[in-house]
Amino acid sequence: MKQLLVFIRKEFFHVFRDRRTLLIMFGLPVVQIVLFGFALTSEVKNITLTVIDNARDVNSTQIIHKIKSSSYFIVNESHINYKDIATTFRNGSAKCALIFPEGFGNDLQHVGNAQVQIITDGSDPNTAKTVVNYITSILAGYQQEISASPGLPYKIIPEQRMLYNEEGNGSLNFIPGVMALVLMIVCTALTSVAVVREKEQGTMEILLVSPFKPLLVLLAKAVPYLVLSLANFTLIVVLAVFVLNVAIKGSILLLFMESMLFIITCLSIGLMISNTTSSQQTALLLSMMGMMLPTIIFTGFMFPLENMPWIFQMISNVIPARWYFLIIKAVMLKGLGLRYIWKETLVLLGMALVALTIALKNFKTRLS
Amino acid sequence: MRVLRFILKKEFRLIFRDKTILAMMLVMPTVQLIILPLAMNFDVKNVNVAVVDHDHSTYSQQLINKIGASGYFRIVAATASYGEALQYIETEKADVVLEVPPGFERNLVREGMQKVGVSIDAINGTKAALGGSYLMTVIADFNQNIRINESGNNALQNNSNIGITYSNWYNPLAEYRFYIVPAVMVLMLTLIAGFLTALNIVREKESGTIEQINVTPIKKWQFILGKMIPFWVVGIVLFTLALTVARIVYGIWPVGSFALLYLFAGVYLVAMLGFGLLVSTYTNSQLQAMFVAFFFVMIFVLMSGLFTAVDSMPVWARTIAFFTPLTHFVKVVRMIILKGSGFADVQAEFLYLVIFAVVLNGWAILNYRKTS
Repeated sequence: MKQLLVFIRKEFFHVFRDRRTLLIMFGLPVVQIVLFGFALTSEVKNITLTVIDNARDVNSTQIIHKIKSSSYFIVNESHINYKDIATTFRNGSAKCALIFPEGFGNDLQHVGNAQVQIITDGSDPNTAKTVVNYITSILAGYQQEISASPGLPYKIIPEQRMLYNEEGNGSLNFIPGVMALVLMIVCTALTSVAVVREKEQGTMEILLVSPFKPLLVLLAKAVPYLVLSLANFTLIVVLAVFVLNVAIKGSILLLFMESMLFIITCLSIGLMISNTTSSQQTALLLSMMGMMLPTIIFTGFMFPLENMPWIFQMISNVIPARWYFLIIKAVMLKGLGLRYIWKETLVLLGMALVALTIALKNFKTRLS
Repeated sequence: MRVLRFILKKEFRLIFRDKTILAMMLVMPTVQLIILPLAMNFDVKNVNVAVVDHDHSTYSQQLINKIGASGYFRIVAATASYGEALQYIETEKADVVLEVPPGFERNLVREGMQKVGVSIDAINGTKAALGGSYLMTVIADFNQNIRINESGNNALQNNSNIGITYSNWYNPLAEYRFYIVPAVMVLMLTLIAGFLTALNIVREKESGTIEQINVTPIKKWQFILGKMIPFWVVGIVLFTLALTVARIVYGIWPVGSFALLYLFAGVYLVAMLGFGLLVSTYTNSQLQAMFVAFFFVMIFVLMSGLFTAVDSMPVWARTIAFFTPLTHFVKVVRMIILKGSGFADVQAEFLYLVIFAVVLNGWAILNYRKTS
């Protein structure tokens, strides 16, 4: 036992000696959380819109005014023709166009039915769809305002309640997502070089003649990183609370324990990579380049998982960050207890055990 | 020149010798390009609704049926209490709870008004906003029918209706693949050029082989070019592969000119190789290089408009995006491939990329000292 402590202390010194890696390790998550917490939002705003008003009457002017005063559009009223719309799309100066036909107001008031045309740049389908939605609701609001009889009977009043997010914070979904992403990559990458570095530098022999069982050697390697990662996680949570104003609704202890489990899972995966590769470069490429995209995609914070073909939904099940994202959303944002997330917890635990077993199996106790 | 030829030979041989690295460089990106766009889809398809009907009247039944039949919504549960319905939201089985209060039908007819409760899981902003606005539309529509029904005439109909026709140019069905495929192409180039060069040079530092090169008569520029040219070639090969995959798998064929696409890809690769070199001059180990490169690549990926529109971000974030080469490159690739934009449309971006290439490489070379 005493020997083991000495061994762990040695590994600690090893990690703490490398100031620059430490700085990167703590600096990166901080900057990223702050950056993405503020910058990423699911809302579509500042859409450049060209208005072609062939009617130039009271109604079209009122509608344009309404669109201008919404925060979603930047209206461009330079006098261009239908022919020039393609040019504005090709050089990127506008993303959509709204066209009022001649006699728009007349049709609206006397025929009771008028038409507008929306043309969008479909190369950005998300914005294109949003534009149609926004303009539809602006027009619906306008119709209500001008409709003849204001005090209509039989009125159903929907009362909207925004659960878990009263302020309508558009980046709330991204914060747990980025947390899962950053922790996953940093923890996996850290331990993925731990063993392979010794192989490359030829210091494996020292490990092999040590009196410890392979399991203890691996644990000793992982402990310093576990401590660092926990500190890192704490820092991230403090930032989320004090800088991004995310209220933690659930138990902090539960959040911490679950995060520790997730970190252990990622460290185990890192050890698994470290024991199955032969160079630091391969290990890092696998743990970072190989992991980054699948993690971004299959965590479910950017692209809804339910839209994916079932084969991808299957794949997403093996991404630890996906389960952690569910856990952290439930505990941090919804204030739920262990009762709701025991399944996800067991999955992470299972993953950690499998990864550790594979790592141990591949830990060479002999020199090749 | 002869020296450079020898160095290039050596570097190319090194790349082709290591099967893992080769696979990472060409196979992994290709596989990802084939697979990923299938997974990336922002569509809000089914909004799941849990209903709590305290009224059990004809009208409340009609409303619930109408919501179920609208095509947007899936009724996942009908519960006896709000608390039970909330559990469906807690376990992510439902996105919205619709609560119809007792006496809904009676109050509507007698008092002329009645509230219904709509509670939305607002953590996921997009789904909440869309689901909420769809539901409002359905309820308003239902409301209209009731008015006609109860008053027995059409005079109450809204007599000023604005019809909307819309068309999406370049992508009539607004499919996401047109948006995502160019993004993944650009991302692949970025990862290869930015990540791998940085790692490659730092590895020489770490293993001490850079010392050996320093005592040979090889010049700085020869060493740097010897490192960069092979990766530039690999990048161009990868870009060609990506265009082929986009054609075969996704049926996306550039509308604009190939020469222009390759011109941009060439300049962008030079800029990103400069970035990789720059990272390698500031770091001493592969781990550090990886972390630094990863840090920037994450920022590039999430802030450059690959998956979310740059215009929607706050001003300071747009400034960061502007100083990211990826932002301009992805914009141009989309413009040329999907809209057939010509050089006149993208000359500003070309200038930015050239400036990036010059600044990043200049900075890296100033920083690169032959004697460590």
